Amino acid sequence: MSVLEVKNVSYIYGPKTPFRKVAVDDVSFSIEEGECVGLIGHTGSGKSTLIQQLNGLLRPTSGTVLLHGKDIWEQPKKIRSVRFQVGMVFQYPEYQLFEETVFKDIAFGPKNQKLSEPEIGERVMAAADFVGMDRNLLEKSPFELSGGEKRRAAIAGVIAMDPDVLILDEPTAGLDPMGRDMILGQIMEYHKKRRNTIVLVSHSMEDIAETADRILVMNQGKVAMFDQPAQVFAQGQELQAMGLQVPQVTRIMTMLREKGYPVPSGVFTLRQAVEALLPLLQKKGEGASHG
Amino acid sequence: MVRDVTLGQFLPGNSLMHRLDPRVKFVLVLSVIVFIFVAGNFVGLAVVAALVFAAMATSGVSIGRYFKSLKVILFVVLFTSILNLFYGGGEVLWEWGFLRITTGGIRNSIFIAVRIVVLIFASSVLTFTTSPTQLTDALERLMKPLKLIRVPVHEVAMMMTIALRFIPTLLEETDKIMNAQKARGADMESGGILQRVRSLVPVLVPLFVSSFRRAYDLAMAMECRCYNGGKGRTKMKVLHIAPVDIVVSCVTAAACAGVVLLRIFVTHPYL
Repeated sequence: MSVLEVKNVSYIYGPKTPFRKVAVDDVSFSIEEGECVGLIGHTGSGKSTLIQQLNGLLRPTSGTVLLHGKDIWEQPKKIRSVRFQVGMVFQYPEYQLFEETVFKDIAFGPKNQKLSEPEIGERVMAAADFVGMDRNLLEKSPFELSGGEKRRAAIAGVIAMDPDVLILDEPTAGLDPMGRDMILGQIMEYHKKRRNTIVLVSHSMEDIAETADRILVMNQGKVAMFDQPAQVFAQGQELQAMGLQVPQVTRIMTMLREKGYPVPSGVFTLRQAVEALLPLLQKKGEGASHG
Repeated sequence: MVRDVTLGQFLPGNSLMHRLDPRVKFVLVLSVIVFIFVAGNFVGLAVVAALVFAAMATSGVSIGRYFKSLKVILFVVLFTSILNLFYGGGEVLWEWGFLRITTGGIRNSIFIAVRIVVLIFASSVLTFTTSPTQLTDALERLMKPLKLIRVPVHEVAMMMTIALRFIPTLLEETDKIMNAQKARGADMESGGILQRVRSLVPVLVPLFVSSFRRAYDLAMAMECRCYNGGKGRTKMKVLHIAPVDIVVSCVTAAACAGVVLLRIFVTHPYL
């Protein structure tokens, strides 16, 4: 059964004003349990608006969002319980830290869930471990942490609620390559262990290619594609028309193929590229020694 | 939801009112407001009101918007007019203890309600059709004489520009932080007053932190571009008085003169 189902959802900002803007335009799709979905789209394509409707922060102007088959707005008063099930990590989440200690900040979500003290403690520790946070840091003020540590603390704050679906909006934005790899690695590790559903929003093709089972491409408020990475990245020209790029390695492989090298298509991660290129280089090496 | 504030919101456009020189507009609105109070009777008030309605009609902003801006102030209008109901002389219509409603009181309360409404409309014309930058530019120019008594006019204007510039940014930031905390289950809609105030802490702390961060960043960016106050600074958009400004000023002046004359010559107690 699909965990999240979006049915004919539209969202209009500022209806009846000169600033009226249709951000999401009659969108339908469903996300399966345990899946990792990559959501990409150009700036202003409606990604952020779409995900805020998945946990009930925004109410669709029309259409419904089903969580485990139930309309999340069935009982508007109980929308908070939806937010515990669909965890959302916003862009630059480090700016939401506010408590005196990192521990208390991570505990904010579980505390709102009205869990018992020992349970909260367990959740915080588990979440801190998932994001690779040193336990010594837990008693520090969040404002003393470095940028990368702050971000991990903020992500831990959402993971601590133990959501069924975890939505991350640009979790690697503004991080150096090492920080990026670390956060992505930890998110994937968490995904493997908990087997929960992940929606990863990004405009870095590399991030998405490395993690997603399926890719949802948004363009001008509509779903342009929703398919496996291989199928999506095979449509390089369509993506380019939407202001998106296929991953760098895919571009390199295409160029190589154009030059006549026998490299396979459908390569979009670094590892795949290494696998494809190594035999080719070895063969060349052999050829040289023979000649 | 924090963005639903209509009072004092600029609506871009290209109407007659939008094209007026902001300095002229500012002075005219100020004088209209003064003359709303100079008008001592309904006839005079009608003249000012007609002028304000004409400005509203030529502002390209829907009447609905103007009435929406009244909503915020509705309480004040009702409060003052109800209070005024019990003052004034004339025929007694109703009496209960020390409270008594007279014909004069009714006249007064209607008069004052109309006055406040026209006042709000007049200032709305200014804020709906003038961008904050234009407004501070106009203020800087109009306050120039104060430089003689060592008021740092340019700096004050710059501070106002920056403050106005950051209102939408901070609103957006508030929205974002509120959403982030709501996503973690923060409950800001229910509970008593004390609980609601407490539920604002998770929003206010990050907001303060980021305001300071923004202030430092902006100061740094300004210093990097060698900003050192108003001395020797020129303007990119120099304000010019156009014929249309003169025409509108003359119309307003005529109306104001009319108000003064009407105040002198119309002496009927109920007008």
